Amino acid sequence: MSEFLEALTSQRFLQTALAGGLLASIACGVMGSYVVVKRMSFLAGGIAHTVLSGMGIAYFLGKSPIGGALVAALVAAWMIGWVSLRWRQSADTIIAALWSVGMAVGVLFISKTPGYNVDLMSYLFGNILMIRPADLYVIAALDGIILVVVLLFYQQFLAVSFDEEFARLRGLPVEFLYLLLLTLVALTVVVLIQVVGLILVIALLTLPAAIAAQFLRRLAPIMALATLLGMLFTSGGLALAYGPDLPAGATMVLLAGTGYLVSLLIAGMLGRARN
Amino acid sequence: MTPVLLLEKLSFSFGGPVVLDHVDLSIAEGEFVGLVGPNGGGKSTLLKIVLGLLQPVSGRVEVLGLAPVRARSAMGYVPQFASFPRDFPISAEEVVLQGRLGHGRLLGGYRGADREAARLAMTETGVRDLRRRPIGSLSGGQLQRVLIARALAAQPRLLILDEPTASVDPRAETDIFDLLKELKTRMTILVVSHDIGFISHYVTRVVCLNRNLVCHTTSELTGEMIQQLYGAPVRMIHHEVNR
Repeated sequence: MSEFLEALTSQRFLQTALAGGLLASIACGVMGSYVVVKRMSFLAGGIAHTVLSGMGIAYFLGKSPIGGALVAALVAAWMIGWVSLRWRQSADTIIAALWSVGMAVGVLFISKTPGYNVDLMSYLFGNILMIRPADLYVIAALDGIILVVVLLFYQQFLAVSFDEEFARLRGLPVEFLYLLLLTLVALTVVVLIQVVGLILVIALLTLPAAIAAQFLRRLAPIMALATLLGMLFTSGGLALAYGPDLPAGATMVLLAGTGYLVSLLIAGMLGRARN
Repeated sequence: MTPVLLLEKLSFSFGGPVVLDHVDLSIAEGEFVGLVGPNGGGKSTLLKIVLGLLQPVSGRVEVLGLAPVRARSAMGYVPQFASFPRDFPISAEEVVLQGRLGHGRLLGGYRGADREAARLAMTETGVRDLRRRPIGSLSGGQLQRVLIARALAAQPRLLILDEPTASVDPRAETDIFDLLKELKTRMTILVVSHDIGFISHYVTRVVCLNRNLVCHTTSELTGEMIQQLYGAPVRMIHHEVNR
C-alpha cells in the first residue's frame, strides 16, 4: 500500500487512473441506483455488451473506439428500450440476442482490421492505467450531463421507477422518461468501460447501489452512498492491484463483490437483531 | 347534468373470449358505487377502460363528458398493492407527492402548493405522522391509506379504488370504508370489491359485473342476486360493524 502511495505522488498515469476511477464512480453511483431499484441490470448488461460492435467498427475504420462505444451504447439503449416497451413478454429473449450479436459484430470487425492487432482484452476487461488526461474531461462531461438530467427529472424518474402505471395516469410521458433513463445508463456504461471494461461494467453498476440499498430506504441517499462505495472500490482496487501487478479492473470488481457479500452478512445480522 | 361516468354498450375482449359484453352504466355526481363480481368477471378490465389504459372494442366511454385519457387529471386512482414492489426505497410522503405529478410541469421538483396538497391529503387519511417512514415498514392498512392520500393529493372529482381492502385486516377495512364515507360528500367514488356483504353497508349503489351488468341495486343485496351473479348459491355472512 505504501508502495502505491509513493508511486502515486510521482507517477502521472497513476494519478490519472485514480481520478478516472473517482469520476466514474459518480455516474456509477447515481445511475446504478436506478438500475438496482428498477431491476434492469439485464438491460444494462445488454447495452454494455452491444457496445463491442461500436468499438470494433470504429477501430476498423481507424476512428476513436470510445466514440464508437458512445454511438453503439446509445443505439443499443434505444433499441433495447423500444423492444422492452413494445414486446414486454419477449424482451428478455430479444435483449439476449442483441447482447450476443453485438459482441459477434465487434469481434468480426476487430479480427478484420489490418495491421497491428488490437488488445481485445483491454476492451473486454478495461485498463484504467491506459486512461489519458484528455479522457478525464470526457468522463467529467458525461458525469455533468447525467447529474443535470437527474436533477431536473428526479421526481419523474422516481415516479416511473416506483409505479409506472400511476405515473402514466398522472399524465407523465412514461415512454420518453424510460428511454431518457436508459440513455443515461448508456452514457454511464461508456464511462465505466474505460475503467473496468465492458464485461465487468455490470458489477460496478449494480454492486455499490445494491450494498447501499440494503441499509438506506430512500433513493437519493442510496445514490450518495453508492457513489462513495464506487470511489472506495475503484481506488482500493487500484491500490491493491499495484504492488502484485494484478489487472486493476478485475481487482476492483473482486473488491466490490467481497463488499457485497459482507454487506449481506451485516444486513442479515442487523435484521436478526431487530426481530 | 353530465354524468361523472358514462358507459354505453361497452364491449371488450383481449382477442379471445368476450370479457365485457354490452355494459351500460351511468354514475352521477356524488354517488358511492360498489362494483362487485366474481374473479375474471371483468372488474379490473372495466377500471382499466375507465382510466384509459385499455381501449374498448366497441361502445362508448366518457368520464365527465370527456374521453378517459383527457379526463385523467380529474381521476384519482388507488391501485392494488401488486402494482409496485413493497421494498422500493421511498418514503410515504414521496409516494403521496406523486399524486401531484402532471400538474402542468414535466420536469423539476414539487412546489409549495404541491406540498400543501399532499399535507392535507395525509392529514385527512391519518398518515401524516408516518410521512418519513419508508413504505416497506408500513402495515397493509397504513400503506393503503398512503395510497388513498396519493390519489386525493390530485384533488380528483372521481376516486377509483381497486380492491382497497384485499390485503388489510378487518379493522383496517372498516377504517378505510369509514374514510371513504367521509370523502363521498366531496367526490364521486367507484370502488371494486370482492366483499359484497361488507360494502353494501356503505355504498349508495351496488353494481354487479359478470361479463355484463347482472344486477343493479340501491337496496341491500339479497341471496338471490348473489346467486344470479356467481351462478351458484353463496352463503351470506352478515358482518357486524363495530364502532
